[in-house]
Amino acid sequence: MKQFQYVKASSNAGVITAISKPGTKIIAGGTNLVDLMKRGVTAPDRLVDITHLPLKSINITGKGLHIGALALNSVVAENALVVEKHPLLAMALKAGASPQLRNMATVGGNMMQRTRCTYFYDTAMPCNKRAPGTGCGAIGGINRMHAIFGTSSKCIAVHPSDMCVALAALDATVIIAGPKGQRTLQFTEFHRLPGEHPELDNHLATGEMILSVEIPDNNFAKNSYYLKVRDRQSYAFALVSVAAALDIQNGVIRGARLAMGGVAHKPWRLFEVEKSLIGKKPTEENFAQAAQLAMQGAKAYEYNAFKLKLAPATIAEALKHASGLV
Amino acid sequence: MENEKFGMDARQQTDLKDPSRRSFIKQSSLLTAVALTPATALKAAEDHLDEQIAGVLEKLPLRMEVNGEMHNLSVEPRATLLDILREEMDLTGTKKGCDHGQCGACTVHVDGQRVNSCLTLGIMVNGKKVTTIEGLAKGDVLHPMQEAFLKHDGFQCGYCTPGQIMSAVACINEGHANSEGEIREYMSGNICRCGAYPNIVNAIMDVKNGGMEA
Repeated sequence: MKQFQYVKASSNAGVITAISKPGTKIIAGGTNLVDLMKRGVTAPDRLVDITHLPLKSINITGKGLHIGALALNSVVAENALVVEKHPLLAMALKAGASPQLRNMATVGGNMMQRTRCTYFYDTAMPCNKRAPGTGCGAIGGINRMHAIFGTSSKCIAVHPSDMCVALAALDATVIIAGPKGQRTLQFTEFHRLPGEHPELDNHLATGEMILSVEIPDNNFAKNSYYLKVRDRQSYAFALVSVAAALDIQNGVIRGARLAMGGVAHKPWRLFEVEKSLIGKKPTEENFAQAAQLAMQGAKAYEYNAFKLKLAPATIAEALKHASGLV
Repeated sequence: MENEKFGMDARQQTDLKDPSRRSFIKQSSLLTAVALTPATALKAAEDHLDEQIAGVLEKLPLRMEVNGEMHNLSVEPRATLLDILREEMDLTGTKKGCDHGQCGACTVHVDGQRVNSCLTLGIMVNGKKVTTIEGLAKGDVLHPMQEAFLKHDGFQCGYCTPGQIMSAVACINEGHANSEGEIREYMSGNICRCGAYPNIVNAIMDVKNGGMEA
C-alpha cells in the first residue's frame, strides 16, 4: 500500500476543508477503502479519519427517522426504532457482508462503497471506472455479475450495496454538507448511472460529505421484505436483490415501493411497477404481472442473461413474502 | 495555521511548522528508523519542505490495550492492526488468510466487538482495547469456547480456528446463537476450507447451552 498522511478531523468544517484538496479521502470503517488501497485501485495521499465526529445518532425528527452517517451497519440493523419502523432496512443490512464487517462499516461508507466488478479491482485490466478512457473489460469479458439496466458503452458495473436498495425503496433523503453549506438529495438521486463518466459513482461534489440519511414515516412496516439471491446463502454479493414494501388496507394495495440491487450502477427503483400495483389485490398473478413490467428495457450481456429470468422471479417472490402470501 | 483551519486533532496533526512535531519526527526517525531514513529526506522534513515526504517518513504513536496490557507503539499509518499484532507484537495467533476481509481468519475484538483486523488501520485503534486469541485463556485455563472447539473437533488444519473462536465468542455475546440456523448465519464471516462447520456449530451450541458468560 502506498504510504499516506493520516489526519483526524474534529469538526465537519475540518473535513470539508481537508477533502477539498485533491488526493484526500475520508476514512470511517475502511472496509472497502483499505481493501482498494491494498490492491492499488486507489492510492490517496491523505486520509481524514472522521470516526470521532458526532454523526452516529439514530433518532426521530420532524422529518422521520434520522440516521447519522457514522452509525455502524450492525447498530442500525439492531436498532429498535429501525426494526419497528423500517424492518426492510434492518433486513437489507443483515443480508450484507458479515457480522465483523457490519461492526466496522458505517451508513455513509456503505453508500460510498465502490463496485465489486472484478475488472475494476484488477489493475492489469482496462476499466473506465478505475482509469477513465482505458475501456471496459467486463463488456466483452466475464460479466456474470453485471448490470442489466442503465448500462452504457463505458461501464456495466453494479452498485454492490444492500442497505442502499432498501433506502432507495423507502424514499430516504441524504443530508450533505459541503463548502457551500448543507443540501438534501433524494436517495434515488444520490447514486448515478455510468453514462460517459463511470468514474463517478454518485452526485457528491468536491468537498462534500454525507452527514445523515432520513427516512420519512410510512405504512410499510407490516408488509415489507428484502430478498437477496446470491451464489451462497450468506456473505456474498447479490446476483439480484429486491426490496419490497406494501401498504395493504382491507385486502387492497394502497401503496408500494420496489427497488432492485445487483442489476444496475445504482439501486434500481421501480416507480412504474409501484404505480401499477396500486388498487390491486396482493395476488400471485398481480405480482407476476408487476414483475414482467419491471423488466422493460432490460439488456443482458454474454454471461448474465440468467438475470432476465432471475430478476422478475425475485420480484414476484419478494412481493409474496412482503404481502404474507408465503 | 493550516491545520487549525482543518480542525485536526492536535496530537495527530502533521503540521511541520510545529517545532515539537518536527522534533518528534526527527527524534523518532533517529531512534527507530535511522537505518532506513535517507539523510536527504530527514533534512527535508527538518526544513518543513514537503509534507508528502513527511508523510512517508512519519510513524505515529499508537497506544492501545492488547489482552489487558497497555502498549505504546510507533506505527506507519498504513499498517493494519493485523500486521501490527503479528509483526510488531509477535501475537501470531491472529491469522492472515485472504488479507482482504473475505475469510475472517484475522477476526479480533476491538472494544468487545468482532472486526476484521486486516481491514483495520492500526492507528484508528488508538485508545481502544483489543482482544486476540492469546487473550482468551486465563493462564492455563482455556476459555470455554476453546474447550468446546477441542471437545467437538471444531477444526482440521486449524488455520481459521483463532478467527472462528473469536467470532464464536462474539456471536454468543451479541445474542446471535439461539439456533443452529442463526449461528450459521452469524458465523458466515469465517470461512473454513476444511469444512469443519458442523463441528464448529456444535461447539458454539454447547457453549451457549452451558451458559457462557460474556
